[in-house]
Amino acid sequence: MAQSQVTETTVERFIERRGEKIKIRKWTKPRIWLYVTFSVLLIITLYQLVFMEYSRNFVPQESFSRFFNDLYRMFFEPRMTRFNLQGLIDSILITIGLGILTTLAGSLIAFFVSLGAARNLSNRHVSNGIRVVMSIFRAVPAILWVMVFGIVVGLGAEAAIIGMSFHSIAYLVKAYSESFEELDEGIIEALKASGASWWQIVFQAVLPSSISSILSWTFIRFEINFMNAIAVGAAVGAGGIGYELFIAGSFYSDIYEIGVIVYASLITAGILEFISFQLRKRYIVKD
Amino acid sequence: MKEIDIFAKRKISTFIVLAVFAILYVISANLTNFGGPQAFVAVPEGIHWLFVHFVPTQESIEHFPVIMEDLLSTVFISVAATMVASVLSLFMAIIGSRETGLNAATKFIAKAIASIVRNIPLVAWSIMLLLSFRQSQFTGFFALFLTTFGHLTRAFMETIDNTSGGTIEALQATGASYFHIIFQGVIPTVSTQMVSWLLFMIENNIRDATLIGIFTGTGIGYRFELFYRSFRYNAAGLVVLVIMLVVIGIELLSNHIRRQIL
Repeated sequence: MAQSQVTETTVERFIERRGEKIKIRKWTKPRIWLYVTFSVLLIITLYQLVFMEYSRNFVPQESFSRFFNDLYRMFFEPRMTRFNLQGLIDSILITIGLGILTTLAGSLIAFFVSLGAARNLSNRHVSNGIRVVMSIFRAVPAILWVMVFGIVVGLGAEAAIIGMSFHSIAYLVKAYSESFEELDEGIIEALKASGASWWQIVFQAVLPSSISSILSWTFIRFEINFMNAIAVGAAVGAGGIGYELFIAGSFYSDIYEIGVIVYASLITAGILEFISFQLRKRYIVKD
Repeated sequence: MKEIDIFAKRKISTFIVLAVFAILYVISANLTNFGGPQAFVAVPEGIHWLFVHFVPTQESIEHFPVIMEDLLSTVFISVAATMVASVLSLFMAIIGSRETGLNAATKFIAKAIASIVRNIPLVAWSIMLLLSFRQSQFTGFFALFLTTFGHLTRAFMETIDNTSGGTIEALQATGASYFHIIFQGVIPTVSTQMVSWLLFMIENNIRDATLIGIFTGTGIGYRFELFYRSFRYNAAGLVVLVIMLVVIGIELLSNHIRRQIL
């Protein structure tokens, strides 16, 4: 009896549903969030594209043909006018130097801060406090940190390095503290039980087990700092390849020389990217 | 005996790492004319100075409407550049991905173009675009578009490589066509992660837009530069403050959205 009733209603429902489209998309909450986010971004984009401000007397055809001409000249007719190979290498070395100093300063400070940020080595309040400070460091664009410190210590290498350190510290504290947190809780407990001090735990257990991933992250940050040093060098006159780029572009409008500098930074960045890709593959990505 | 070996080895490798760092420091400091670590001693003093001089005053409140206008336009340009770039990036990622690429040539070309565009310094793009498009919103938009395109293509490619292998195989087994696989299989599986990348790029672009603005004379970066060069530090401080608040706000909002969609 009960059996037949069930069958009947199922059949009825089936008949009712014929002709109706089968629902393959369910309106789940994540899906709604996804669509709403996407729609809002799309509306802003359309608004911006419609009301975009162009320069006066803007002729798209002229500007684009000039742009593609410049691209062509940059890539296929690079030549040096103001400096020679030695000068080019010197300025790359200055930029690399700025990157190295920022990375060294950043990693030294980040190491100690990240001990406080790692949840397994510190308490929750300290850890959360550090995270808030780091997100403030990160929220201000690096170039503004540099320009602000340019007033205090004078524009130049010092301001560039101090200013760029803020983002390096924020980035490395996150990377380091996550590496520390991967350490097995049992090891820390075992050392605590044997009466090891906090610093002994850090230097005998935490650091040795995470040193390879820490060095890899440090190098990856160096790659980012090199690119940042180009921009910062251009903006505050800290020298290096970015500054040469700025002079060649803004003062001489020399697209051929920009080509040389772009090739030089492409090659350097390519080498650095390759090394950090290998490091990431070998020491950071698990499984 | 073995334990002693470990400690000795550890000491030696620690020494080597520290020595390498020291050498790098000396060479770099010489190259860049860095004054030495005492420069960092100036940091607390500097922060104190900033609190005194960069605090927005009654006078800087007058600039508030202009600053907000520039900030809003910078945010909108960052969003628009990210969205437009994402369309092209998605296309390049699909034809260039290990899983969905058309052939060896498209895979190579897509990766090469993305890598070149990404590694040309932002400053070089800004200066070049300034030569062709002059000082205008469009120049800033285009510079952001190019770098975003480079980054997103790599990000989308990695996402497709990592997540859609199984889906593609399953659909191929059912006899689905290439376009069915892409639009019914690949894009739906990576869409949440793609939106997560979009949000990350928008946040990042607002910071980059400040830098581009300084070079191309647009948006909030230009506004900061104007105040900075004319020594109106309190107004410049207000610019830093609003950028900070907006970036943190967008970061919190994106984190919330990420938690909802993932």
